[in-house]
Amino acid sequence: MSERKDITRRRVIKSGAAAAAAAGATPYFFTRAFADGHGYMNAPKGDTVTFGFNVPQTGAYADEGADELRAYEMAVEHINAGGGGMLDTFSSKALKGGVNGKTVKFVTGDTQTKSDAARASAKRMIENDGAIMITGGSSSGVAIAVQGLCQEAGVIFMSGLTHSNDTTGKDKRANGFRHFFNTEMTGAALGPVLNNNYGKDRKVYHLTADYTWGYSQEGSMIKYTQPYGWETVAAVKTPVGAGDFSQFITPVLSSGADTLVLNHYGKDMVNSLTQAVQFGLRDKQVNGKDFTIVVPLYSRLMAQGAGANVKGIFGSTNWHWSLQDEGSKAFVKAFGTKYGFPPSQAAHTTYCQALLYADACQRAGTFKPSEVGAALEGFKFDGLGNGPTEYRAEDHQCFKDVLVVKGKENPTSKFDVLEVVEVTPRAKVEYAPSLLGGELGPYNNG
Amino acid sequence: MQNKTALKDITLFVGFAAVVLCLPIILEPIGANYPDLLQKIAIFGIFAIGFNILFGLTGYLSFGHAAFIGVGSYMTLWSFKLLTMNVVPAILFSVILAGLFAYLIGYVSLRRSGIYFSILTLAFAQMCYSLAYSVLTPITNGETGLQTRAIRTNPETSLLDADLRIIDQAFGVLENGVPTTNFFGMAMSGYTGFYFCAVLLIICFFIAQRLTRSNFGMMLKAIKSNQNRLNYTGIHTRPYLIAAFVISGMYAGLAGSLMAATDPIAGAERMQWTASGEVVLMTILGGVGTLVGPVLGAGLIKYAEQKVSSWNEGILESFFSFLPETLQHLMTNIGSLFVGEGWHTTLGLMFMIIVIFLPGGIMEGIQRITNIFRRKSNKDAKGASAPQPAE
Repeated sequence: MSERKDITRRRVIKSGAAAAAAAGATPYFFTRAFADGHGYMNAPKGDTVTFGFNVPQTGAYADEGADELRAYEMAVEHINAGGGGMLDTFSSKALKGGVNGKTVKFVTGDTQTKSDAARASAKRMIENDGAIMITGGSSSGVAIAVQGLCQEAGVIFMSGLTHSNDTTGKDKRANGFRHFFNTEMTGAALGPVLNNNYGKDRKVYHLTADYTWGYSQEGSMIKYTQPYGWETVAAVKTPVGAGDFSQFITPVLSSGADTLVLNHYGKDMVNSLTQAVQFGLRDKQVNGKDFTIVVPLYSRLMAQGAGANVKGIFGSTNWHWSLQDEGSKAFVKAFGTKYGFPPSQAAHTTYCQALLYADACQRAGTFKPSEVGAALEGFKFDGLGNGPTEYRAEDHQCFKDVLVVKGKENPTSKFDVLEVVEVTPRAKVEYAPSLLGGELGPYNNG
Repeated sequence: MQNKTALKDITLFVGFAAVVLCLPIILEPIGANYPDLLQKIAIFGIFAIGFNILFGLTGYLSFGHAAFIGVGSYMTLWSFKLLTMNVVPAILFSVILAGLFAYLIGYVSLRRSGIYFSILTLAFAQMCYSLAYSVLTPITNGETGLQTRAIRTNPETSLLDADLRIIDQAFGVLENGVPTTNFFGMAMSGYTGFYFCAVLLIICFFIAQRLTRSNFGMMLKAIKSNQNRLNYTGIHTRPYLIAAFVISGMYAGLAGSLMAATDPIAGAERMQWTASGEVVLMTILGGVGTLVGPVLGAGLIKYAEQKVSSWNEGILESFFSFLPETLQHLMTNIGSLFVGEGWHTTLGLMFMIIVIFLPGGIMEGIQRITNIFRRKSNKDAKGASAPQPAE
């Protein structure tokens, strides 16, 4: 009798304790995340504030990701020191070492250039590491997915290299900000230059990366070359990270097209361009014209990867290290001293984003997303390598001059692969905010 | 004897439930206490339990379970877009649709066994993946993935870019921007999301446990041990196999649905063969055929994927800071091969070690350790008191 009682008691106590622990833990964890009393997500405690750098460390855009991370690390150094690099040439002088009296720390994550993985790593940084802001990325699909997540979580997202119209177009969010340019601007800048160099009435074949940026880029190229009588023969979608593009390039030869537009980026562009050149496309004559290739979005990393194949090929870029303004020179010098080679446009835009965010927090006097956002909206600045620039309030998109570049015929070093053909002024590439649709919606402070 | 197993089962179930509900406390010391990882562990736990019903009991190795995850995710998103942000209809529809899909695929694939079955399921899953990418883009939104949006104001906007949410609209739910998913008002993000998934995981565990102990489960195990013998005795095994396949497909559909419920986005990459392979790894790592093993495996792999992949050299350096400086650098350099981007290497090594030395997975390891202790205590007991007479 007594023995039986003993067992029951023990079991009651055991299961009771487990239930109590579970019940006790539940409300504690429900409320914990929002109980810090500052009224916004991840309000920094103590004397540090954490930035989250979410970049592709593996996959087709890994080169860009590595460069972005380098730039971020340097940006954090400069912000904490209150000087160095482009912080010295930046028109706003609010930052004087740290942000709002706090030292900046950072955590990193690998987006793998996949939406799921990128959101998972962003969530880890927000939920586990207490990141106040997420920035980075080298793909528009990922940028849009992470931007949506940051809006839901209530932190600011400063997008990295994302070129699709949708990021600040139909998928724009109040908590998201973009410094990089977009395909609309690329098209507006590149159209006239292509016409001047290659003449009217060409037949165009598009190879397009099969995701939001590819569609956006293809649409903009068609829109801005149509007025010159350029006609689309075919537009073929290719999977991201395909590696081998020969099956897509072979049909170009027999299509009657005389121009190939490669709406590819990263290693995809390196592979497709290299193969197109190897297939002898550029030596051909079609419709009585020299066959030409256009790469709408260029970066030095890609041009370097494709080597001699880029010679004479036109494209556009957000920034190039050979620019001679004070900001660019200071940035290239600081980056070169630290890492031994010039920065890419991905490094440039992410460095700018980190600086712009820190500066906005300092000017707002808080890290609260709605107030930081208000400080960024309509903010006009200079000295970050692109000349006078404005963060447009209506769509959180930066407006600035666009560079049209060409693969250099006689490179002097392995980094000197692109030359700037034309700087298209901001007025020529600006469009009405309503053109791309979408709605910002309200800020979310978490 | 019967009573003893029943008691054991109840203890196991209660213990499992307690551990799952206390996960936030248990995982705190290893830095894994945050909602996203906890949710992932619970969700992939469900996925692995379901996979184990097929693989563990019947021995049929499916390489295409990710397809059901995808089906569940897309269905859930469409329920959010068209009906309501409440997760209940979304989960119901997803599980049903995944079951239907599993029936179709199972009906064809289960005509073969062994490697041919594996390849057939793999082919079907890859087909679903490719379809989601290309032909079905109007439903899946291709590479960009399906997301919830604000309510449609202009009837000409595509449903991919704007939502209807008929039920929510009928009830006059006010929306400010893009709404969040909920369970009758409880948000599905954060810790509430985890507890929701955890309760479902416990229910799924219970169902799997009952299933394993039932006559049906016994039949599945008989299929694994010798299907020919069953056939010779005149038993038609295919209906049992199809039932097992459909059940495990529904588990996967539930997991996919929860993925989309806790994080409302559905992309085709979830259906890629690597995702199917992942659940095989989880099950084998934890212990094929055991009830708890697959959940352990799922937790371990998700932890490695999210945490080990985020450790960088700085963290390693501070971890080895107790060592003298040269040794610290050496250890950091060696260690950095296995963390960060190298977490796959760690996982691969771990997998090899476990498969070679513990073919029964982590559960076999635990068994061996408890056996050692039990033998010891048995010896002690023998020395201390006389053995009890048999009842």
